[in-house]
Amino acid sequence: MKFLLWLLVAILLIAHQDFWYWDDDTLVYGIFPIGLFYHACLSVVAGVFWFLVCTFAWPKDLEEDFENEPAIKEAH
Amino acid sequence: MDPSSPESAEALMNPGMVRLGIIAIYLLLLLVLGFFASRMFRGTKKDYLLASHSIGPFLLLMSLFGTTMTAFALVGSSGASFREGVGVYGMLASSSGIIHSLCFFLIGVKIYGFGRKYGYSTQCQFFRDRLESDFVGLLLFPILVAMVIPYLLIGVMSGGIVIEAMTGGALPGLFPAEGPADGAVPRWLGSAVVSAVVLVYVFFGGMRGTAWANAFQTSVFMVLGLVTFFVLANKIGGGETILESLKNASSKVGVEHATRVGMSPTKFFTYMFIPLSVGMFPHLFQHWLTAKSAKSFKLPVVMHPIFIMIVWVPCVLIGIWGAAAISDPSLIPPPVATVLMAPDGANKILPVLVKLNTASWLGGLLTAGILAAIMSSLDSQFLCIGSMFTNDVVTHYLGKDRFSDKQQVTIARAFIILIVVVTYILSQYQWDVFVLGVWCFSGFAALFPIVFAALYWKRLTAAGAVSGILAAAGSWFVLFRDAEFGGDRSYAIKIPGTEFEFMPVVAIFACATLAMVVTSFITKAPSEKTLAKFFPKG
Repeated sequence: MKFLLWLLVAILLIAHQDFWYWDDDTLVYGIFPIGLFYHACLSVVAGVFWFLVCTFAWPKDLEEDFENEPAIKEAH
Repeated sequence: MDPSSPESAEALMNPGMVRLGIIAIYLLLLLVLGFFASRMFRGTKKDYLLASHSIGPFLLLMSLFGTTMTAFALVGSSGASFREGVGVYGMLASSSGIIHSLCFFLIGVKIYGFGRKYGYSTQCQFFRDRLESDFVGLLLFPILVAMVIPYLLIGVMSGGIVIEAMTGGALPGLFPAEGPADGAVPRWLGSAVVSAVVLVYVFFGGMRGTAWANAFQTSVFMVLGLVTFFVLANKIGGGETILESLKNASSKVGVEHATRVGMSPTKFFTYMFIPLSVGMFPHLFQHWLTAKSAKSFKLPVVMHPIFIMIVWVPCVLIGIWGAAAISDPSLIPPPVATVLMAPDGANKILPVLVKLNTASWLGGLLTAGILAAIMSSLDSQFLCIGSMFTNDVVTHYLGKDRFSDKQQVTIARAFIILIVVVTYILSQYQWDVFVLGVWCFSGFAALFPIVFAALYWKRLTAAGAVSGILAAAGSWFVLFRDAEFGGDRSYAIKIPGTEFEFMPVVAIFACATLAMVVTSFITKAPSEKTLAKFFPKG
């Protein structure tokens, strides 16, 4: 699972370097320059990706419940 | 003048006065919010600094988003796209959407777990414990405070600048000046008022007040940003429907603003290192520790990129529409266009478009939205500075039983005032906000390898961390000097003999990582006891 997670992060970061739209001035729906539209979609995809991570790959050791438990001691 | 005379009523209702009135009402609302939060204050240091770990998913999302979005989210984004085109979104926003959530997930949740388990309130406490070294904290404290001050400076300065720009003509008798600044609340006063309001609600409400104020202010700047977008789209596009107006406005944008033809691809790529700074922001560290449970992080991790899109896409569009409107005197008169085209004029595009093309009440509301973005970062920074001083210096060296909780809260407040006064004095000089931001964030990003290694690499040693911190500080200084201490605004490192250029953060990051790894390998590994504490089996 960890490998898949890092692979998807790497894909997101590679997708971020969209040299293929670098000098394309097409307006999507006549409103959004394609370079902006693509990156706005990338933000949505990032949100979906993190949703999947939080749903299926949330580490079990982070589920420790502190809600009813005081901190062991205060550090100093 | 007779207060009931028509002349008097007209003077009271001038656009500057309307905007000033809305700003004043907004600031008062914040004070009321701080007062209500103070009624829930439990009187303990933990409650004041960490809201007794009571912040749920929604408040955590709003706090984290509000804290990471400064004035740059509204004013800087539209200004940068006015200057450089749509590439600004990819360079600064969509990269942050990916990297910030990654930092919350990889760093924030782990730090939260250790903080709850071992009672940390600050980064120095965590590093001292993890690296078995008092010196790490001693080294890190002044560096972190020194890096938070420029960040504070950005907010304090921007607050004064925005209020001055939007209240022109409000009080000509009280603040006479030449040109459009006649009657405007002067910058020194605007900065002082913004600092004072934030100080008051932070003092009364502590972390709980700060979280509430952040949630309120984040909602305000998101909603007002969208309202402004649609009103401006209607005015600039001039269509019969909003869709037609949007299409008309975009159709006038030139190729240099609709694409990234003027942008260096390698510089674009290396900008991705800058959002890593959130992994080492002291104020975010403190916000992470306020969470009720680890699960509270899920909503901020998922929604952060979407929120960035909601705020940034309209601002970037306004910026490129502004660049197209510069040649249309009905939207931007030629004298104003000259001001916008000056080297430091781009950041004025949003306030100028709003002032010239919308009703004064909307201008007032947008100013409130910009101030909301500024103050939602300032409050957390004020609080974290106080927290660091009491925990990392006062109680660490003088003993935590020497002072009552009440005394510690008082000490935190006194140190906050000291730092705010220093920042305020510095803010009276001329600084380039963009340059301050880039270099300040580069410094924090260069420390990212240290926190990442502390959480995920058993072999990290105290000497390794110290070497990494010193290498980051040293290389940062060398490059900052090379950039003429910020004088060279577009400074980048060029690979000799090529067209490739990259941001200085990459070199600083590489120096810190190399020094940290090499030194850690040649020094003695941490004790088994410490490793068992931070890397439990199973």
